[in-house]
Amino acid sequence: MDLSAIDPLVLLASLMVAATPIMLAGIGELVVEKSGVLNLGVEGMMITGAICGFAVAVETGSPALGFLAAAAGGAVLALLFGILTQFLLSNQVATGLALTLFGLGLSALIGQSYIGIKPPHFDQLDIPLLKDLPVLGLVLFRHDVIVYLALGLVVGVWWFLGRSRAGLVLRAIGENHDAAHALGYKVMRVRMLAIVFGGALAGLGGAYISLVRVPQWTEGMTAGAGWIALALVVFASWRPLRLALGAWLFGGITVLQLNLQAAGVAIPIQYLSMSPYIATILVLAFLSSRSGRAALDAPASLGKPFHASS
Amino acid sequence: MTMKRRTVLAGLAGTTAAAALGVPTFAGKDKVKAGFIYVGPVGDGGWSFQHDQGRKAVEAAYGDKVETSYVESVPEGADAERVMTQMALSGHDIIFATSFGYMDAVQNVAKKFPKVKFEHATGYKRAPNVATYSSRFYEGRAVIGTIAGMVTRTNKVGYIASYPIPEVIRGINSAFIHARKKNPNVEFKIVWVFTWFDPSKEADAAKALIEQGCDVIMQHTDSTAPMAIAEKAGITAFGQASDMSAFGPHAQATAIIDNWAPYYVDRVGKVLDGTWKSEDTWGGIASGMVAFAPFNENLPAEVKAAAQKMIDDIKSGAYHPFTGPLNKQDGTPWLKPGEVADDGTLAGMNFYVEGITDTIPS
Repeated sequence: MDLSAIDPLVLLASLMVAATPIMLAGIGELVVEKSGVLNLGVEGMMITGAICGFAVAVETGSPALGFLAAAAGGAVLALLFGILTQFLLSNQVATGLALTLFGLGLSALIGQSYIGIKPPHFDQLDIPLLKDLPVLGLVLFRHDVIVYLALGLVVGVWWFLGRSRAGLVLRAIGENHDAAHALGYKVMRVRMLAIVFGGALAGLGGAYISLVRVPQWTEGMTAGAGWIALALVVFASWRPLRLALGAWLFGGITVLQLNLQAAGVAIPIQYLSMSPYIATILVLAFLSSRSGRAALDAPASLGKPFHASS
Repeated sequence: MTMKRRTVLAGLAGTTAAAALGVPTFAGKDKVKAGFIYVGPVGDGGWSFQHDQGRKAVEAAYGDKVETSYVESVPEGADAERVMTQMALSGHDIIFATSFGYMDAVQNVAKKFPKVKFEHATGYKRAPNVATYSSRFYEGRAVIGTIAGMVTRTNKVGYIASYPIPEVIRGINSAFIHARKKNPNVEFKIVWVFTWFDPSKEADAAKALIEQGCDVIMQHTDSTAPMAIAEKAGITAFGQASDMSAFGPHAQATAIIDNWAPYYVDRVGKVLDGTWKSEDTWGGIASGMVAFAPFNENLPAEVKAAAQKMIDDIKSGAYHPFTGPLNKQDGTPWLKPGEVADDGTLAGMNFYVEGITDTIPS
């Protein structure tokens, strides 16, 4: 065992990268849930984004176009979910699960001819001057643009939900859609926008895995990242900044586990792969033990169907 | 004919009815139907891809006299048993099961279909209608170990291992022994990923190893992801099973290439002329089953020469990669000076040689 072989700075830097897909998908899902909709199809939207982004990046040679296509792919799948749950009033849990299964199958189908193909290279963005800073340069300023986009989105969502009027409306709809409707807010429209936003971000997160992190396409390559993103939202008790912390924690566990193995510490891989979920269960247990306060954390209308006539 | 796992499983309901009636569906020997099942996609650019090249060679060799089919991405376990049952029921004369983990599935299906011939890659359980075959990949590992020992600057070699089975452990030992011979300070850092094919996990493992200072990466997993990561990081890596230079034009020093074509052509030919029998075949560099990608032109001349000498010596039989003196990891003697490991010990190898600091996971 040689723990000194693990360079904490390098570890932190790769943690930033490992956290990005779940941070993107998580912050998108957070907005969806804040509007009162529970979309369990994150995994399906991520994997669809992964293949849409990969295919378009390979065909056009442009990773940027790939990311756009990934966002579009995730958004289209989310739109389907929105139409089913908001207009046709299908059960959100069942529809979300179906969306995951559908996304996995659809992506495998689209991906048939993309196995074993190399995507165009996506450059990291070395920020001049800042990248040469001791410590911080390596950890913070030598990543690709998507890492910063994810962080920017977290801050943006934090500002939007807590500081803007539109965010207040969205939260009001999530807390009590009947009251919001009575006040004249467009419940369906806001929710559809939130769902599409969530889908686009999940798609981006998926494409980050297939275009940057691996970079390659394989069937089912998101390997549960969507579920971790869902757990992350609960873990963060629906707060954007806490979600970023959670993403680093969950992403860090994956990175740390491989680093520990490489350093010669024998930890069965299974313990570490279940640890994000254990952490979520513990946080849930902790939150619900605090009476009163916990009830304020989850949006009150989360998962409840809304119909203007009711 | 190409089949996907799903269509095979969908067709299963109908064919089990035929089985219940005991309808024999064997084709005549003037024409052979050969089935192949792969653990990964044929586009993996590694292990399964090479087996499929062997299948294509069979088609090219016998033309109309042979019909081949394959099913890709078959998980080891119950799915494999279903796929092979389906193949046996649909009139295949010989079935090639190309992953270690299919071992018990092959045994179970073979018992039910005594007239169908089974070939299991890298396994050790045989039966009258089950033959086993493998390549002496450890001979290839001796060559890449030699190169690794000579090119590493940090003296740290990263090794992405799949499952703790004899074949993988043998490969680690062989690579380590020969890296140490060239460089007494070299260390191996080993990460077990418990998968044959998972680009995400393999890429993460490669990154972790590079972060810990490894400047040479070896893999015993099937995807090209570690090669792509090595290329990005500007370090050296070795192609696994197939030439992966498209993913690492600068990184790939060479690749161990599995050449199954001669074996598959030979075995299918034996089914055609009725001389097939259950055997264990273990071919290496000498028989052409283990081959190499061209050395990277950026390798120093003395490294190329040393690697080529290793290839030549193993090929001529002048040298065996497991030649004593060698101790086991705990320091107990294993091979006396000049003694060569026997195939039985190698086939069941479950220990590291002295100098490796990793612990084999249980």
